[in-house]
Order: sequence, then C-alpha cells, then structure tokens
Amino acid sequence: MLLQQLINGVALGSTYALIALGYTMVYGIITLINFAHGEIFMAGAFVGLLAVAALKLNIFVAMLLAMVVSMAMGVVIELIAYRPLRRSSRLSALISAIGVSIFLSSLALMIFGADAKGFPSGAFPVRQLKIGEAEISSLQLLIIGISALLMIGLEFIVKKTKIGKAMRATSEDYNTAALMGINVNRVISFTFALGSALAAAGGVLVGVLFNAVSFNMGLMAGLKAFAAAVLGGIGSIPGAMLGGLMLGVTEVLGVAAGFSSYRDAIAFAILVLVLLVKPTGLLGRKIQKKV
Amino acid sequence: MGAFLQDITAGIDPYILQILVNIGIAIILALGLNVITGLTGQLSLGHAAFMSVGAFASALLTIKSGLPFSLNLLLAGSVTALVGALIGYPILRLTGDYLAICTLGFAEIVKVVFLNLEITNKALGLTVPPAKTTIPMPFVVWICAILAIVAISFLQNSRFGRALKAIRDDEIAAESMGINLARYKLSSFALGTFLAGVGGALYAHFLSYINPSDFSFLKSVDILSMIVLGGLGSVPGAVIGASVLAAAPEFLRFMSQYRMLVYGALLVFLMVFRPNGLLGGVNFVDLVLRALGKKPTIPVGTGREGE
Repeated sequence: MLLQQLINGVALGSTYALIALGYTMVYGIITLINFAHGEIFMAGAFVGLLAVAALKLNIFVAMLLAMVVSMAMGVVIELIAYRPLRRSSRLSALISAIGVSIFLSSLALMIFGADAKGFPSGAFPVRQLKIGEAEISSLQLLIIGISALLMIGLEFIVKKTKIGKAMRATSEDYNTAALMGINVNRVISFTFALGSALAAAGGVLVGVLFNAVSFNMGLMAGLKAFAAAVLGGIGSIPGAMLGGLMLGVTEVLGVAAGFSSYRDAIAFAILVLVLLVKPTGLLGRKIQKKV
Repeated sequence: MGAFLQDITAGIDPYILQILVNIGIAIILALGLNVITGLTGQLSLGHAAFMSVGAFASALLTIKSGLPFSLNLLLAGSVTALVGALIGYPILRLTGDYLAICTLGFAEIVKVVFLNLEITNKALGLTVPPAKTTIPMPFVVWICAILAIVAISFLQNSRFGRALKAIRDDEIAAESMGINLARYKLSSFALGTFLAGVGGALYAHFLSYINPSDFSFLKSVDILSMIVLGGLGSVPGAVIGASVLAAAPEFLRFMSQYRMLVYGALLVFLMVFRPNGLLGGVNFVDLVLRALGKKPTIPVGTGREGE
C-alpha cells in the first residue's frame, strides 16, 4: 500500500520537478519568477495533443515536437516581455510575466475551448506491472524514466558543456560574466529554451497521465512547481528535483491519508513549514548580508 | 439622510454605479497592498486571501449578530489584521521571493480551508444578507475609500511611514538607525491586511454573495498589478492604477471574448513602456507648485534632473 503510494507520488513528483527546473534555472540567472512558465507547460501539452490526435504522430515524436515548439515560445516570450525590462525593477518584470501568463491562457481558451481534451485512446499502450504488492503502470514507468533521462541530460549540459559553463558563470555574477566575454543575451535565451523544453515534456506526460489537457492546467501546476523550486532552494538544480519529488510524494500520501479535499493546500503547507525552518529552502545557498 | 442618499443612488444608472463601487473597493484593496509592498517593500502575493477573510468574517457577523454595519466593518478589518499578524509574524523573517511564495502558499491554504469549512458553506459559498445600515452601499464604499486615501497619505509622511520607507530602501541601514524591523514590518502587514479585510467586507455586502474561489491567486495578481501599474509606493498611483484596472474589464467588454487576451497584452505593453508605472517618479506636489509658478523648474545641467 505504502509502496504503491510512493510510486504514484514519484511519478507525479517527477512532472513537478520537470516544470520546477525551468523556474529555478531562469531564477538563477535573472532572478525573475517566470509566471508564464506554467502556460508554456500547458502549451506543450496542447502541441503534443494536436500532434497525436491530428497528425497521428507517435507519442514520442509528438513530445519532441512539443519541446521544439515550446523552446521557440520561451525564447520569443523572453525577447518581447522580459528583455526590455532587464534593467527595471524586478516587480515590473514580474507583472509582465503575469501578463504573458494571462495572455497565453486566454489564447488557449479561445482556440481550444473551455473543456478538457483527452488523448485519443491507445496513444500510449498502458500495461500494469506487479512489483510485490504494488502495481506500476507502464505509463508511470515511462514518466519516471523520461524525467530521469531529461534531468541527466540537463545535468550534463550544465556541468560539461561550454554553454553550461557560461550559464553557471552568468548565474554566479551577471556583470562579471558579461565582462569575461560571455554573450549574456544568448545564455539567457538558451536558458529559456532549455527550461521551456523540459516544461513541454512535462506537459505532454501530465496530459497522458491524467488524460486531460485544458487551458487552465498551467496555473495550479505552475504554482506547485514553483513551490517545489522554492522548497528545494530556488536557483539550485538538484534542489528543484528534490523539491518536486517531495511535493509529489507528500501530496499523494496526504490524499491517501484522507485529506483529498485539502489536496492543493498540502503542497503549500509543506512549503511554508520547510521555509520556516530553513528560510532559503532545502539546498539553497545562505544569503550573506553585505553592508 | 439615508433616504436622501438613496434617492441620489437611484438616480444613477445601475451599471455606472456598479463600476464606481468596483473602483472604490479596488482603491481600498490597492492602498492596503501599497502599504505592504509599495511602502515597506515586502512583496505579497496573497492579498486576495486576506480580502476573503474580511469578507467571510463580515458576512458571518451580519448573519449571526445584529451589529450596525460600521462596527461590523471595523471588526471584520480587525479580525483580518489579526490573521495577517498571526501569519505575518513567522514569515516576515523571510526575504524577497521566499516571502512572496509564502504569502502565495498561505493564500492557497486559506482558500482551501474556506472551501472545506461548514460555517462558510463549503464550495457553495455564502449568500450575504443586506448590510445593517441606512446609507446606501455605494456611499459606504466611497466614504471608506476616501478615509483610506486620506489616512494613507498622512501615514506616508509620518514617522511611521518614513520608517517603512527606510526598511524598503535598505533593511540593514534602517536597522542600524534604530528601526525595529520586526515590529514595523508586522505593523505594516497588519495595516495592509486591515484594509484588505475592510475591502473584502464591502465586496461581500455589495455583491451579496461570496465564494472562496472568487479570491484566487488571480485576484491577488489583479491587486498587485494595480499598484505596480500606478507606480509603487505612491497614493495617487494606487488610486489611478486601481481605477484603470477595475474599470478596464468593463471598457473591454465590447470585445467580450478577447477581453482577457487584451488585458494580458496590456499588462505586458504597459510594463515594457512604463516600467515604473504610470505615475512612477512623478511628484504631485512639485507638479502643482510648478503649474502655479511657485517653484522654478530645475534647469537642465545642474545634475539634479534625476530626482
């Protein structure tokens, strides 16, 4: 029973983690809470759905397509809505991000209508596997597998490639990185592309998991993923993964324990409790106050 | 008195009246958040939750007790301020975005709790009986709004207000000047949430129906957009931002289905072209004095244009 809930929790948590990574990377570099990120997740889910339902593509090809489209979206959004505001107050950029988020969700509402759409049956063959007492569906296995693969890929890009090094340098110190000859604008665009691709993958996976894609799916998922990023320590990539998994598992356990009507509050309650004990999140760096 | 005022409100087109009341309530809410975020610099993403606390407290007071509406408003505001202080006490130690996400978290928790409580009628929402007052609601709303404008304007330049601004500008410097950070942050939070509670109470009695889902994250964002749009920390800014954004959905109504689309795009464009808000950096007293010819405009090249 417990094992079963843990498996469900990890599957849900890995999708949170995928979205949380985008929040945390963008925050690490330009200290902006990218509120439009949840909407990119939603857009990714819709592109995936269209590719499967209308273009009859394989689910994996559809996911790749969703990732590419979302990458472009992320880059364009940064260019239009955030880049002009880079030197202004952070609140202005935040409001701009919220504006983008409202714009995108109402655009989706206009195009796709208010009701949730499901993936065509057989988009992904679901089989149940037995592990001792618990059952794990091939879909959950896929979600956990793809998330892990993407996170390893991300870790590789950030740690081992040249652009990854530039990303780390920029998040360490924006101005010095620019002085060292790093093309900061390109690094920021790349970060948005990377984060958006992960969110789109998450969107397709969640769409298949719950078999529902709707215009407002980005809001709550985005807020919870953001909570996950903060829980792990915002700006920290392993922190986002840890935070996402923790939120997913506690949420599923909380629902299993009979608090299903409090479902959306559980994630935030955990977040508040953790922040009260560790004010910069689980793996966040301590902020040194300088005079 | 009451009958006379009722005649006046009966003479105004109900649609216009409704927009005016929405603006009045928005001004009270925006001024409250302006104290917390604009003056003290503590980003709060949960203002709508405090509004809902005030709304439900006041609705329950009207249902369960025979208090006159003025007392009811004060009580609803105080209850909200108490809740605000209770929540604020532990989380105001956090800084910046950690504080913001905590207020957001609390807002979601408050909403879910209201959705599950028996006394707030769960997800069905509460029908609020008419307020116990002879003065028509539009007048009550605007009296409160004007009181709030006057109070916050005075507060801004008082000793208390200057302390808040010092905290916003530099916490360490403020602390070393002897400002008790925790106490001032908490009082500013309590004051801001008090206004949110009053705004919520007025909202509940004007609409006569409230539902926890009305006070969602988007409502908080609405209020935050008002003060950022108007210019953070400025009372005229908050008033104008609140008026523009409270009225905007009505003026955009002719394009009904594109309304939110345009609203989102509008936020982005306003921020890109006026990043400090419509009135950010505009000093009203200065403008008036210059217009009257009492004060020479600062000549270019003295290095003081930036002020």
